[in-house]
Amino acid sequence: MTLLDIVLFLPLAAFLVILALPGALSRTLALATSTGIFVVSLGLAAQVAGSPGAGALLETNRIWISSPAIRYHVSLDGLGLWLVLLSTILTPLCVLVSWNYITDRVKEYYAFLLLLEFGVIGVFVSMDLFLFYVFWEVTLVPMYFLIGIWGHDRRIYATVKFFLYTMTGSLLMLAAILYLYSKAGTFDYPTILQLLSSGRLELTAAEQLPLFLAFFIAFAIKVPLFPLHTWLPDAHVEAPTAGSVMLASVMLKMGTYGIVRFCLPMFGNAAHQCAPVINILAIIGIVYGALVALVQPNMKKLVAYSSVSHLGFVVLGVFTFTQQGLDGAVYQMLNHGISTGALFILVGFLYERRHSLEIKAFGGVANVAPVFSVVFMITTLASIGLPALNNFVGEYLVLQGAALVNWKYAAFAELGVIFSACYMLWLYQRTFLGEAGEQVRHHIHDLNARELLALAPLVVLMVWMGTGTSLFLKPITAVNARILQQTKQNVEYQVKAPTPPAPSARVEVADAR
Amino acid sequence: MPVNFVPPATGEYIRVLPEIVLTIGGTILMVAEGLAGERHRRGMAPLALVFLLLAMGGAVLAGMNPGPAFTNLLIVDGYATFFRLLVLVVGVLSVLISASYLTRENADSADYYSLILFSLCGQSLLASANELIMVFIGLEISSIATYVLAGFLRKDKRNNEAAIKYFLLGSFATAFLLYGVGWIYGVTGTTNLQEIHRFLSSPESTYSPLMVGACAAMLFVGFAFKISAAPFQAWAPDVYQGAPAPVSAFMSAAPKAAAFAVFLRVYSVAFSGLTESWQPILWASALATMVIGNFAALRQNNIKRMLAYSSVANAGYVLVAVVAHTETGVAAAMFYLAAYALMNLGAFAIVTHYVNKGERYVGIDDMAGFARKQPFAAALFTWFLLSMIGVPLTGGFFGKFYIFKSAIDSNLIWLTVLGLLNSAVAAYYYLRVIVVMYFHEPGEAALETASIPGGIRLALIGSAIGVFILGVFPSAVLEFANRSAMLVR
Repeated sequence: MTLLDIVLFLPLAAFLVILALPGALSRTLALATSTGIFVVSLGLAAQVAGSPGAGALLETNRIWISSPAIRYHVSLDGLGLWLVLLSTILTPLCVLVSWNYITDRVKEYYAFLLLLEFGVIGVFVSMDLFLFYVFWEVTLVPMYFLIGIWGHDRRIYATVKFFLYTMTGSLLMLAAILYLYSKAGTFDYPTILQLLSSGRLELTAAEQLPLFLAFFIAFAIKVPLFPLHTWLPDAHVEAPTAGSVMLASVMLKMGTYGIVRFCLPMFGNAAHQCAPVINILAIIGIVYGALVALVQPNMKKLVAYSSVSHLGFVVLGVFTFTQQGLDGAVYQMLNHGISTGALFILVGFLYERRHSLEIKAFGGVANVAPVFSVVFMITTLASIGLPALNNFVGEYLVLQGAALVNWKYAAFAELGVIFSACYMLWLYQRTFLGEAGEQVRHHIHDLNARELLALAPLVVLMVWMGTGTSLFLKPITAVNARILQQTKQNVEYQVKAPTPPAPSARVEVADAR
Repeated sequence: MPVNFVPPATGEYIRVLPEIVLTIGGTILMVAEGLAGERHRRGMAPLALVFLLLAMGGAVLAGMNPGPAFTNLLIVDGYATFFRLLVLVVGVLSVLISASYLTRENADSADYYSLILFSLCGQSLLASANELIMVFIGLEISSIATYVLAGFLRKDKRNNEAAIKYFLLGSFATAFLLYGVGWIYGVTGTTNLQEIHRFLSSPESTYSPLMVGACAAMLFVGFAFKISAAPFQAWAPDVYQGAPAPVSAFMSAAPKAAAFAVFLRVYSVAFSGLTESWQPILWASALATMVIGNFAALRQNNIKRMLAYSSVANAGYVLVAVVAHTETGVAAAMFYLAAYALMNLGAFAIVTHYVNKGERYVGIDDMAGFARKQPFAAALFTWFLLSMIGVPLTGGFFGKFYIFKSAIDSNLIWLTVLGLLNSAVAAYYYLRVIVVMYFHEPGEAALETASIPGGIRLALIGSAIGVFILGVFPSAVLEFANRSAMLVR
């Protein structure tokens, strides 16, 4: 049993413990366990970031179900590492954020939060396609309840929409996974990659495109890529603060992670083939998300649409197939997780005070809550990509990668950056500046110690990731280089050797039956 | 007595041990009904359980002595044992959930349990039938007892409607089956499944393919009715809705599993040579069953009716495995039927309790706020519903996964994609129940609901554990299914 197994299963254990013990303890228990999990997970960083190559570490590879051969295969590399850490750090913060806000069915709430943590960590470490699918679907259930029980007025509509959108996409992915199994005779992802690169498993163009699309659509719904994004604003607006944070910061990353981890290495040709269309959709998403954010009267919806825009950058970066673009994309996943997470927390705090998310219900908050407005300002600046803060690095790399491929991509995507400054600063101006109305004066008070504690780690990370980039970027770069290599290999292989037979793969299929 | 009569060996009696136990048990219960006073009628459920457990023991014993019995009329193999045990488990769960229901409706009676035992006897026979006349007999024993069960509360109008509908349509379908059997005998001169296969695949025999096709089609009508496959599914919602809730639970699992057992056996043994001609028909039927079941379930407000349509849709998934026509397909169908039986029984167990006296609260909206009043039961119900949706780590997911895997292996890509999309549609109506239970404030029904009686509680926990094991550690059952599927040839 490696440290990774422990980090993966601790949240499940915590989930069971919280369910078993009385509700009065749940809150404390959730905070203690999730903080503990975070501390343990730091050990992962020490191991993975310390290792030089792009190889997968902390591997456990055991048989789970013998026939069909399904393996419990988990490992961690530079791509998964930071996403796992992002999940483990956000969970205790989510507990802190919900501390006083959740008063109803407390036990179930914190139990679901930890079950969600279990699911998302599982997604980022699974190296078996079946196992990946299992975790992918498992995350749906706790989020469904988090939105459905503790959400706002239209929560039922939002949560059912969220569930059905994701489910539909992932069922297509399941069909693709099954098809791959019938071709390769295994669900084990590294083995499939090996079969592909050695030419023992060959996917014809007619197979690759539908398979790629099946995977990609499942991921694109989650990202969400324009025009599949419509579930997102609903889910975000209706979710409780912690739900929004986990959704935006971690669950959306499952989609982009999936694209980088699975779509590119396995279906390099199809990915290249579809890249122009996907890039255009990503750019439409960037500009459209920003423009819609600009006119939102509801601040949570504004942040939600800004997510659509930010994640457009990630997708654009991935489909440039350049080292810079891919690095930027992965970095941007983390950045978005931190700054948007912080924004949702801040908006949540405003809601707890004023019981409204309408921007026009605020104004002059800075007068009554100076610390609050400083933290909000830093987060705003991080979100719009001010140099020396985290988003700048990611966006810059993505734009550089895009410019290497086609300057028009970069030019249009740049619009998104400009618009993001507009909507965020305008939001800031309308909410925090000006004269404080009576309602604001009456309801709004400054951050207390608990709230500050929930935000401080994120603010530190914004600065740290903006200045100490190389520490974070190094493991990512190594993995991305390998993924790019695999993508190209696939292409070259297709061009040079058109139809070599794949006898060995077929034998394995027969064996597996 | 014919000259060539050979008295059956002892081993052959062991192979029909479950049927013997069930017949004796059913008869004893029926007699006990008359002998016992009014007060003792309640004590009949434990007695029925004892017989069921004995029958299970018998099935295991029979399974350890595999082979044909009674001049090849029956065959006991792993496949038969699997289905015998499956229907007996369904029987146990049904008895567990029935006891408190009957007491609530003032209908305590030993007849009820003896009918269940007789019905199971027919199904157990079906699982091991190796010959078409036995198929017919098994089907009739099973069906007639079930017709009576469907109308068990005879003062209830809905019960009467269900029973008469089920009886008329069921008899009509069985007539088709019998007619098909007759034709088959006319063409091939035998009713034994292996013999039919031998005749049809032998190059020397001459027969009209059209005739054989017609026979296969008529048998299909009979079976499709029993498994509620399109286009013969129309009875299912009406009957499930009208019948007493625990009977609906029983009907949607046991007779269906047994009918699938024999359906699979007939088509993969007797007609395995004609795959190409019946496969397209089953393909269309499987798709239609899934689509009709799922889309009709979307519009239901009665929870029993919704579960009925869901059971139609589930039959469609199993049909996909039949269309695959491989050993993996047969194993997948077996696995799925087991998972389906458990999750469906679990769901119906909750419904049985929740509808309250006189089945007053059958609307989905009546479930409002159930989770507040009974968090544990609601959590288990959610678990069963998630299994029906096909969320991983549940038996329902793994069953569905295995079915569609077998379909992909047989290159049925379109059927797989359409089937999977269907299950996304299904997610909507199952989620609706969870929404009502968890996200709405308690209504009248939730406030009136009493704590869950012991029998139902036991059935719930048992099936929940079963669904969990099938979802997380499916290897044992899967291997057994795979091994037995290989023998069905």
